[in-house]
Amino acid sequence: MASAAQKRIKSISYAKYGYLFILPFFLVYGIFQLWPLIKTFILSFYGNGNKDLGIDIMTGQPRISDISNEDFVGLDNFKALLFGGKGEFDASTVQHEQFTQAFGNTILLWIGNFIPQIILSLSLAVWFTDAKLKIMGKGFFKVVMYMPNIITAASVSVLFLALCANKGPINQILEGIGLDTIRFVEGKNARPVVMFIQTWMWFGNTMIMLMSGIMGISPSLFEAADIDGASSMQTFWRVTLPLLSPIMVYTVVTSMIGGLQMFDIPFLFHDGAIENDYIKTVAVYILNKYNNPNGYQFGYAGAASVILFAFTAALGSITFIMNRDKDEVLKRKQRKMLIKQAKAKKSQFGGLGI
Amino acid sequence: MSMKSTYGEPKANYGLKIALKSWTLFALMAVLTFICLFPIFILLINATRESIEIQNGIAFVPGNALMENFKKLTTDTNFTSSVNVAYGYLNSAIITVSACFLTVFFSALTAYGIQVYEFKMKEVSYTIILLVMMVPVQVTGAGFLSFMIDLNLHNTKWPLIIPAIAAPAVVFFMRSYMKSSFPLEIVEAARIDGSGEFSTFLKIAIPMMKPAIAVQAIFAFIANWNNLYTPQMILLSVGVEKKTLPMMLVSLQANDKTDWGVVYITIALSVLPLIIAYVFLSKFIIAGVALGGVKE
Repeated sequence: MASAAQKRIKSISYAKYGYLFILPFFLVYGIFQLWPLIKTFILSFYGNGNKDLGIDIMTGQPRISDISNEDFVGLDNFKALLFGGKGEFDASTVQHEQFTQAFGNTILLWIGNFIPQIILSLSLAVWFTDAKLKIMGKGFFKVVMYMPNIITAASVSVLFLALCANKGPINQILEGIGLDTIRFVEGKNARPVVMFIQTWMWFGNTMIMLMSGIMGISPSLFEAADIDGASSMQTFWRVTLPLLSPIMVYTVVTSMIGGLQMFDIPFLFHDGAIENDYIKTVAVYILNKYNNPNGYQFGYAGAASVILFAFTAALGSITFIMNRDKDEVLKRKQRKMLIKQAKAKKSQFGGLGI
Repeated sequence: MSMKSTYGEPKANYGLKIALKSWTLFALMAVLTFICLFPIFILLINATRESIEIQNGIAFVPGNALMENFKKLTTDTNFTSSVNVAYGYLNSAIITVSACFLTVFFSALTAYGIQVYEFKMKEVSYTIILLVMMVPVQVTGAGFLSFMIDLNLHNTKWPLIIPAIAAPAVVFFMRSYMKSSFPLEIVEAARIDGSGEFSTFLKIAIPMMKPAIAVQAIFAFIANWNNLYTPQMILLSVGVEKKTLPMMLVSLQANDKTDWGVVYITIALSVLPLIIAYVFLSKFIIAGVALGGVKE
């Protein structure tokens, strides 16, 4: 029999505090994020709009929707979004056109902002971290270049809308130097502006991330390259870029996931009530489905979300695999071994655990 | 064989080349600085000018219509129906401050729980947190809104505040920070001194994690203050007195009939707190972004 003291030692287990401390997180996560995620999947198999559409003005009879949020429709929403319906004016075809255009816009706007952004950020990061160059006011430049990133995207969008208006400051400058004015806000013209705004907002952020990546590379490698007579281009392609590749992958993937969610600027960058179909993104499409006179179109919104989720999950798993700490995996194995050994010991010494 | 032929010619005018390159880059960066600041500059200048002046051309000195624009914004019925900066500040501040507090406190608590205690689900729970870190809000949106309608919580602030408790990315950051700068012996020492587990967390861990908490609080603040998507989704049909600041900007979308001075002053009022805060906190913010780039 164990003595009282031994019993007391055995009873001090702190594991319950571990569970207690992480409980609020998982509780809230489960209720406000996991369940909504599951519910989105469920909703994507149901119809759209309210069951009861109110009284028909012409006949005075109550109108009932056949495929409302309460009716199970199987994969119909996915079929509608991905392949469309039969006729040109079929509701499914309309959704298909809206969704594919939104998806195309999202990809296009992302590529159009990411390519200039990565070129600019990477060059700046290399120049800022180059020990040989003596650029004045590096700290100031960094601070200024990051600033657009913290400003409310909604404000930025409305600001550029005002700047790019037909009689706005940008066109005033163009007129002043004798060029034709451009209708920036309308039609396809809005695309490059949105790409520019995105680049403007994000290049500072990417630059600082890449800079910290470059500063993580051992300086002796750059010195060695320099002593061996490598030009700055050679150093960049043969030393910096290969060693920076994990962070580059991380940057590309996080930017892609962010790009898939692009919302504020495309949502706001259009003239008043006139929506611009050339810059509508998937996120805007999803939000528009909530604003429907006949009730929330949860079916289409859900299906679009599930497709977005599949995309994001694929991208996310790439980073997750690349991100995984190899040491951590090793440690976990060792910890398991130790626990096993401890258990073996426990049974050896008559169940006296610590 | 001479040294020269082995190692090549010594670089001619090495110092001059470096100086030339440095100055070229300096000029390039000055241009980029101009591009970054120009929109903000025009914004602030135009906020002080009359609509007619603004339409006539750009200026580089402030006008004298600042008070007039502000008065119009607060009294003109064209604007007061959709924009009320006082309510905007109040609503944004309530949501942002509460969400920010919940995010950092509970993320620190979760990270502490995972880092300090040994329990069966320890690594499993951390892996789950890493896995869900990237799920975008748009993906859960439809289910979230539908669930909030079921609970009758849509058009209230609660769905914008409570979910802040679960912020996987912040937990990830806090745990990485604790791994490198929170020795577990301190917890042991506190126990021996008779400190309870929760008070150890409150009185010892939180003060020690201050740098990480400060950085994450700043980012949580900015993210919540700037958030448009979730409020726009949850507060789908509310009056101007319940809207957040970014939501009010939606009604400002330009058309040629609007009063430009008022448009500019509203945008300026929405970004000014951030710019002022940034002037003082830029060091922390940039250090925080850099930390996000180094994955350890």
